[in-house]
Amino acid sequence: MAEVTTPQLSEPFNWPEEGITRVPFRLFCDREIFALEQERIFRGSVWNYLCLEIDVPEPGDYKTTTMGEVPIVVTRNLDGGLHALINRCAHKGALVCLKERGNAKDLTCAYHSWTYDLSGQLKTIAFRKGLSGSGGMPEDFDVADHRMQALRLETFCGLVFGTFDVEIPGVENFLGPEMARLVRRNFGKPMKHLGTHSQIIHNNWKLYAENLRDSYHATILHTFYTAFNVNRLDMDGGIIMADSKWHHCSYAKRDTVRNAAEYERVTSAQYDSKLKGPQLLDMVDEKGDGITHTIQAIFPSICLQYTLNSLAVRFFQPLDVDKTEIHWIYLGYQDDDEEMTRRRIRQGNLTGAAGLVSLEDGCINEFVQRGTRGSNDVNAFLEMGGRDAEPAPSSRATETAIRGFWGGYRRIMGFE
Amino acid sequence: MTGATKIITPDRRNLIEDFLLDCAHDLDDDRLEAWPGYFTDDAVYRILPRESHERNLPLGVLFCEGRGMMGDRIEALRTANIYEPHTYCHVLGPTRLWAGQGETYTARTNFTVIRTKQDGAMDVYAAGNYIDEIVFEGEAPLIRDRQVILDSRRIDILLVVPL
Repeated sequence: MAEVTTPQLSEPFNWPEEGITRVPFRLFCDREIFALEQERIFRGSVWNYLCLEIDVPEPGDYKTTTMGEVPIVVTRNLDGGLHALINRCAHKGALVCLKERGNAKDLTCAYHSWTYDLSGQLKTIAFRKGLSGSGGMPEDFDVADHRMQALRLETFCGLVFGTFDVEIPGVENFLGPEMARLVRRNFGKPMKHLGTHSQIIHNNWKLYAENLRDSYHATILHTFYTAFNVNRLDMDGGIIMADSKWHHCSYAKRDTVRNAAEYERVTSAQYDSKLKGPQLLDMVDEKGDGITHTIQAIFPSICLQYTLNSLAVRFFQPLDVDKTEIHWIYLGYQDDDEEMTRRRIRQGNLTGAAGLVSLEDGCINEFVQRGTRGSNDVNAFLEMGGRDAEPAPSSRATETAIRGFWGGYRRIMGFE
Repeated sequence: MTGATKIITPDRRNLIEDFLLDCAHDLDDDRLEAWPGYFTDDAVYRILPRESHERNLPLGVLFCEGRGMMGDRIEALRTANIYEPHTYCHVLGPTRLWAGQGETYTARTNFTVIRTKQDGAMDVYAAGNYIDEIVFEGEAPLIRDRQVILDSRRIDILLVVPL
């Protein structure tokens, strides 16, 4: 891993001396910092989520995505191997694959017909020898010298990751043993797509990254969680963290709810909640461990969700300093019977852009974005559950995972 | 959905067209409690991006299985969900209607929904088409199945009021 140097910004940036319990609001609106994140995080020493293996099941399949702002295409070669390529022609830089997904024998740039094999190696170009003996490429031009730029690619439990870094250890090492175990728990079986949509949120991507790690807010803002006992802080549960601290998993066991006195003051716990369509919350304990809710955030930009039986990848892309797109990718297991598929479809109502328990996240982060405008020299205050970033095995009334995110962010950005 | 030759009487057509407009206007005018009443008790209501519809993927943005789940949606948005106030203006295109077996009809109606936020900002929030299966209970049309096919897979901010 390259040594991280202190970034040179036109306006010097110093992290408050209180450390990770303070987060300068400037981080959510500064365009220079946004550009630096592209370089140090998304093109830096992390594994970025690219797609799922089931997005490209057959030889010749491809799927386009982005890694930060960089356009990427993941291909499955005719021999079955996966490749991650920058979706950029080696000639003039045009996008090569234009459709979001497809199947092709080779990849051809529409601009001048430069044609690549599925591993990104240039094979042919138009008019290489010119026409009627004139024009064409110089004699020493060799297609073998040109290719679509390849990235490192690794898969883990059906998730496809890529990185520009040639040195960092593999995905499993990046996750750490605890996080890897949880990914295996939820994604360690062959999967199938149930559907996908996306949601534009008008805020900086890091506000969503924080929000995912914010177990303090979940049962307060998301009143549906509390009212219907889907997830409350007085259920057994806790926060598991990777040694790196920038990944976490929050979990709960719904059947252990204790109706703690503290919830008497939470408005959302007050209204009489009887569903007219109670089948929404009909749940099967698939793993046999009593855990009914896990939210696992993997740095920088995915969350793996298993809420009741609703299994999903949330992949969020920074589109601009104050604009982020969340892709909600809903999944089932290949061996699900019809009833389980129906159950997962029904419980898809809990999350997503119209999610009964999650739709507030579409606006709450924007409220922070708007609330912090013009306050670059002011900081967020994050001391719930202490001042460190350590796992909280028995409590989720804590901001420890958010502090863990910021600790990792400071490290990789050189904001120490 | 071509080739249907069964004649639809002007009375029936008028009834169905008014019914579909009333449903949209109730959503526009915040009479949301009336919305489940446009459906049969066991109706399915689904909002699905076009892309998922074409790939035969069943899970979209919102899915209600029966009037009860529709009522829960309205109850949740009135009492539980947090969002900034906004209004919809549904603009419906003409309905293409096909008659099926007995008193059942299939209807396709294109729509645009303009959303106005509390600060006055307006945008095209959604465009697409309704594919409805309509049945008659006595003289009253009811929707047995509504697929709301969205042209875009993107929802701006959130979706809380049904389309």
